[in-house]
Amino acid sequence: MNAPPKKPSREFLKPPVTEVGVLGWLHSNLFNTWYNSLLTVVVLLMLWQLVPPLFGWAFVDSVWNSPAEACRDIEGACWSVIPQNISFIVFGFFPDGHQWRPGIAMLLLLGLVIFSKDSRHWKKSLAVYWLVGLVTMGILMYGGLFGLLVVDTDQWSGLPLTFMLALFGMVAGYPLGVLLALGRRSRMPAIKTLCVVYIEMIRGVPLISLLFMSSVMFPLFLPEGVTFDKVLRAQVAIILFTAAYIAEVVRGGLQAMPRGQFEAAESLGLNYNQTMRLIILPQALKIVIPPSLGILLSTFKDTSLVVIIALYDVLKTTKVTLSNPKWTGFSTEAYIFLAVFYFICCYAMSNYSRKLEKALHTGR
Amino acid sequence: MKLNRVTALVAILSLLAAGIAFAGKDLDAVKKKGFIQAGVNGGVFGFGMPDEKGVWKGLDVDTARAVAAAVFGDASKIKYVPLTAQQRFTALQSGEIDLLTRNATRTLSRDTQLGLNFVTVNYYDGQGFLVPKKLGITSAKELGGATVCVLPGTTTEQNAADFFRTNKMDWKPVVIESTSELAKTFFAGRCDVLTSDASQLAGTRAIAPNPKDYVILPEIISKEPLAPAVRHGDDQWRDIVDFSVLAMINAEELGITSENVDEMLKSSDPTVQRFLGVIEGNGSALGLDEKWAYNIIKQVGNYGEVFERNVGVNTTLGLERGLNALWTNGGLMYSPPFK
Repeated sequence: MNAPPKKPSREFLKPPVTEVGVLGWLHSNLFNTWYNSLLTVVVLLMLWQLVPPLFGWAFVDSVWNSPAEACRDIEGACWSVIPQNISFIVFGFFPDGHQWRPGIAMLLLLGLVIFSKDSRHWKKSLAVYWLVGLVTMGILMYGGLFGLLVVDTDQWSGLPLTFMLALFGMVAGYPLGVLLALGRRSRMPAIKTLCVVYIEMIRGVPLISLLFMSSVMFPLFLPEGVTFDKVLRAQVAIILFTAAYIAEVVRGGLQAMPRGQFEAAESLGLNYNQTMRLIILPQALKIVIPPSLGILLSTFKDTSLVVIIALYDVLKTTKVTLSNPKWTGFSTEAYIFLAVFYFICCYAMSNYSRKLEKALHTGR
Repeated sequence: MKLNRVTALVAILSLLAAGIAFAGKDLDAVKKKGFIQAGVNGGVFGFGMPDEKGVWKGLDVDTARAVAAAVFGDASKIKYVPLTAQQRFTALQSGEIDLLTRNATRTLSRDTQLGLNFVTVNYYDGQGFLVPKKLGITSAKELGGATVCVLPGTTTEQNAADFFRTNKMDWKPVVIESTSELAKTFFAGRCDVLTSDASQLAGTRAIAPNPKDYVILPEIISKEPLAPAVRHGDDQWRDIVDFSVLAMINAEELGITSENVDEMLKSSDPTVQRFLGVIEGNGSALGLDEKWAYNIIKQVGNYGEVFERNVGVNTTLGLERGLNALWTNGGLMYSPPFK
């Protein structure tokens, strides 16, 4: 029954309470100098002023699902503007009673995206899944088969439109951008000039002007009655725009490749295609994941610019809801909702890219 | 040299485009398609806007529906194309739409230079001022030195500038991009006055925290006759659109509503009989079914009904008829005889 001899001595070694634990952390991080202490106090005061009223506005005095009239009498947030108009905000003009179709199409899309995230699924069969998925989505959205009502693209709006423009803008723009980057570094003068002109021209104008040209000028050059689908025109403009920016990012990656890599490939007897496909591009594209993601994120957010050509993406459907006098005063709530939506999507994307970077890291 | 060639090419191309754009029968094209493509606003409550279910509602929308009822006997045969202010005339010129009912003000330059024709006005609007009652102002002439909330880039801003200059008054514009934020700013007291089309002012006042605290000044500083428009080149189509609007006005004058139109078919009044196609002639003159006016009134209603349903005193906008009353009630709505 001998007491362990070292225990009392440990107590002597214990540092003062102000140096460890919560207090210690506070002392060394928030109150370590007089100006830090001052800053801490000021910030705390500001938070004290800001947070309780904000919390009260958003959660205590707020209503979550009430008619518009009830919102006029309260002090807090009127979140009701979202649930009361949710079907228009999410699905826009898609005919009432058929809105399960874009709903399922979006779930399908989400499922495919999540499935493709896993690098174990990167096989040829993935392409088949995507093809089947896209055809199913097309049928669900457009209809016409299996007794589904035909819904023209001008009735596609809200969330499905946002997702569609963004996804196809990225998925089609990325490979096109890679091709352009290769073209710009090509030794063939014609191809090189063409790519340089294209990239510089597109990068020289804002996306808004491209959208305007596609929707306002382009139809004037067509014979009367010949009209291209409005959604398609916007989609093409977004793809072309994304491709030009991706091209420059990828070119950066290509230029970062040391000469030795090219020479090694050549000495192995690989031709141009093989060199690019097996040696250069895999490395170059890996380097440029972070800047590519930046461009893809802005593509996603830029889709909201289609507002100016009267396509009803999720931002526009929300704005239309707000121009109904019943709901006009509640723009703050609606925009907060949209901000949260965009944040979730963008955060998921950047999170994934960080994981991808780690997964593909080969320790160079 | 090179530049000249480019200019010549552009000139030829635009001539070609113009030649193509103004040929062909719009009515035939519409009948072949089986529906009308109507350009509408998409964001102005009471005139053209989808409701919570995505169904199009509004005075302009009902005007388009009237044309569809006249042509097809079915007011639902329409494809709505929401357009921005910049797109609207191009869309009409390029044939993307057959009919523009998007609260467009008829002006000389638009009517002549843009290759389009405006028809009968379906709403007489004008720009006015909304002020808080506590300022004690009764006339726009007293607004010297005021801060004025105004939407940017529209004729509204220009009109306000003209008004203040003509009356030798200072003003400070507060320019805000969207209507709903504009209203919020005004109610928060960041400006003394809000200026906009009178039809919008009433709606803005209706959503004020306390509508009784605000008053619309009597001065209307601009003329905004809002009218539907069609492309140059098919006068028959233009007549049809024109008389579809007029039919709604005429019906109100004759006391025919969507409720009593079936009884009115039995009326012994020859004016009513001619109007509703009991005595034939009007329909074939326009190249339409003899029941065309009946269909408009039955499915859409007369002008008074359309007005009250969309913007009238019992709606959120709560507008008085004013200039848009029948001529017999001191307004400007007047229809030529239907014979």
